Amino acid sequence: MAKTAMPEEKVEPSYLEVSTNKYKKGILSWILSVDHKRIGIMYLFSMMAFFTVAVFFGFLIRLELIAPGRTIIDAQTYNQLFTLHGIIMIFLFIIPGLPAVFGNFFLPIMIGAKDVIFPRLNLMSWYMFVFGGLFAVASMLLPGGSADTGWMFYVPYSVRTNTNVLPALIAAFILGFSSILTGLNFITTIHRMRHPDMSWFKMPLFVWSLYATAWIQVLATPIIGITLALVGIERVLGVGIFDPALGGDPVLYQHLFWIYSHPAVYIMILPAMGVVSEIIPVFSRRSIFGYKFIAFSSLAIAFFGSLVWAHHMFTAGMSDTAQFVFSFITYVVSIPSAIKVFNWLSTMYKGSIKLDPPFLYVMSFIVQFSIGGFTGLMLGALSLNIHLQDTSFVVAHFHYVMFGGTGFGIFAAMHYWLPKMFGRMYNLKVATWAWGIVTVGYNALYMPMFIMGYLGMPRRYYDYLPQFQPYHVASTIGSWILIIGLIIMFTNLWIGMRKGPKTSMNPWGGETLEWKIQTPPILENFREVPDIHAGPYDYSKYETKKETTK
Amino acid sequence: MSEHRHEESHVIEYGNYIFIWLGLLAFTGITVTVSGIDFGNWTIVIALFIACVKSWYVLNYFMHMKYEDKVFKLFIVTALVTFIIFLGFTFWDYSFVR
Amino acid sequence: MSSTEYAAAYPAHRDDYGSRMGMWLFLFTELILFGGLFIVYAVYRYMHQQEFHMAAQELNTTIGLTNTIALLTSSMTAAMSITAMQKGNVRFSKGLIWITIGFAFVFMVNKFFEWSAKIQHGIFPGSKDLLAKPNGEILYFGLYYVMTGLHTLHVIIGVIFFLFILRQIKQGKIHSTRYVRLENSALYWHLVDLIWIFLFPLFYLIH
Repeated sequence: MAKTAMPEEKVEPSYLEVSTNKYKKGILSWILSVDHKRIGIMYLFSMMAFFTVAVFFGFLIRLELIAPGRTIIDAQTYNQLFTLHGIIMIFLFIIPGLPAVFGNFFLPIMIGAKDVIFPRLNLMSWYMFVFGGLFAVASMLLPGGSADTGWMFYVPYSVRTNTNVLPALIAAFILGFSSILTGLNFITTIHRMRHPDMSWFKMPLFVWSLYATAWIQVLATPIIGITLALVGIERVLGVGIFDPALGGDPVLYQHLFWIYSHPAVYIMILPAMGVVSEIIPVFSRRSIFGYKFIAFSSLAIAFFGSLVWAHHMFTAGMSDTAQFVFSFITYVVSIPSAIKVFNWLSTMYKGSIKLDPPFLYVMSFIVQFSIGGFTGLMLGALSLNIHLQDTSFVVAHFHYVMFGGTGFGIFAAMHYWLPKMFGRMYNLKVATWAWGIVTVGYNALYMPMFIMGYLGMPRRYYDYLPQFQPYHVASTIGSWILIIGLIIMFTNLWIGMRKGPKTSMNPWGGETLEWKIQTPPILENFREVPDIHAGPYDYSKYETKKETTK
Repeated sequence: MSEHRHEESHVIEYGNYIFIWLGLLAFTGITVTVSGIDFGNWTIVIALFIACVKSWYVLNYFMHMKYEDKVFKLFIVTALVTFIIFLGFTFWDYSFVR
Repeated sequence: MSSTEYAAAYPAHRDDYGSRMGMWLFLFTELILFGGLFIVYAVYRYMHQQEFHMAAQELNTTIGLTNTIALLTSSMTAAMSITAMQKGNVRFSKGLIWITIGFAFVFMVNKFFEWSAKIQHGIFPGSKDLLAKPNGEILYFGLYYVMTGLHTLHVIIGVIFFLFILRQIKQGKIHSTRYVRLENSALYWHLVDLIWIFLFPLFYLIH
């Protein structure tokens, strides 16, 4: 496949060749560009740089834990590493991951628009992203040592430690602002820039998930902004807000932190769910099952996801009533997530499935996300939570959702869309092998954490009892396999993007708008107004009998 | 569902603004006066109620929400409901025995 | 596909409605930003009712009231400047914006004197006098400085917005048929007013 280039009538220079500003070529034609596609690519590369750093930190953490006691680094460095790993992975990789890269690139195309509604604001969010990233790097490199608070910055420790907490706080604040501006841009774009024939229920599901995500970004992120600002003010000026010595309530900090950070989990997972909803119909040659259910479940997840934050704090000393209420709603939020999984599986039923790399990553996503979801329910149960809170069971759970879910969603999106973005195809065989290695390594890395966490291995501990060592060894070996897989995968993608065979307009046979335009897309996406008559996943030509699903 | 791409500007006369402004000043006067009287726990409720009324006028007239499309109204309700949930659910914790 | 059809499907880039929508979304983030502070305030006031009551006695209601009136009035003049612009009365519109900025300065000068008086009395974060007070009062003044401080920062940003608007009016970029930037700046200014409407009773009127 991919070598059968469609006979296109004429090929215009793509966005990779045409600059939007006076600089025709070079770095300035990129970093001053307001083209949504170029900004998406800029996000992609800056994000991957941070990802590499954070993976390396994760590797070091795992290596340290291969044996009890000191192995390669001292305890303070260990604390700083897991803090940086968390901050970089969360604020610089997973949160911007799908919306800022693939959302920026494909959202306008998918709704039949030339660009986002505020292109200059879009560029500004990228600058804020980079600027925030620089502060994160500064907290690493400045004298005093990088922050050692964990990515949650819990008070009172974050107010009292002498490490560089302030740059890290500023980094998170700026990155939050960047995320808000992206969200604001997307909501307005979806409301205002849709093609006149693109009604709400003709929008691809990725766009729906971005819409739900954007609302969380706009409405929840300011809370973390002000909370982190308060911690910063408390550190610098000694204003009494959260410090118990001045009458403050550290549990209130935890409330405010999780009011954002729990919905943030849905900022991370919802776009990945959108990607899955895009890929499954294409590789099953089937219309999506239950389009409206998937679309509305995104909104439902966004809404209910904002009501469950305190399940992170069951052992922090809340009132019994609060524990009961938040535990209950935690169970409710699993319903829309399950709806999505059922609909994806139903879409595949009787489809003609093609096991290309994007689809394989989606399969891993569904399995791993389900494991992450189920263990999430275990943690949401009050009684079990007391037992499992702050053990490596929790670490395994959120890595299953965040990495096994969103991370694999990002990999799936890369394999699905990068050929469109660069017009070249990677090596499919190597990609399939890389998928196998990554999936095996990933599960070997995190599955042992469930077991040892259940047996009582606390999270974030530098040292541990000898009885946990077999699990730690298994986990560390898993991390090596995973990293080998990641290296193969990214090398393959990189070589593919640079030198791979030129690909056609529609290598996978997708039906959404991005597959109906030139590869790589031209500057303002559409040469002529696209014809939008059917829904986004019209595979009726492949289906033998008439379907009742929309 | 889709919003029309229309652009009609609604001109509000100066007189209306002055009228609203006088009303707002009157409410400010009331809230200052009432705060001097001790209603116990109701004092804060009354103060917040008056503040809400004032905001309602500012939103609708000064900020032209009254003349905006339905979408804008839906947006603002979403934002306010979100905030009330954040505030209210926090009190699930604080207003019960910990 | 003719070019006219293309133009009909993709209207020129200007979209005032969309700009206002974006501005409103931004205002919501501001609202929730202050909302976080109001949550902190509500919880601490609930926990320390008596101390908040005592601490509030230190504030001067007259200054608070003056500032309330200044902001309400400036809000009105900001709204009127849009009407003037719509009617093509550019000079009057500019005058009204200047009056708005003037009230903003009244507000800031007032605030400056209020804070300096507090600091002279030894009430500022980390001071000995403040730390000697009960916990609830420390929290009250912590919140007082943070919330009114952040609010004043927004007043300053609002003034900067209006100065930009004045420049753009002079350059002819804002005129009687194109004034969405003026509208958005005014919206921002009203938000500053809205927040003060709540700050005033919550800090000055606990008697």
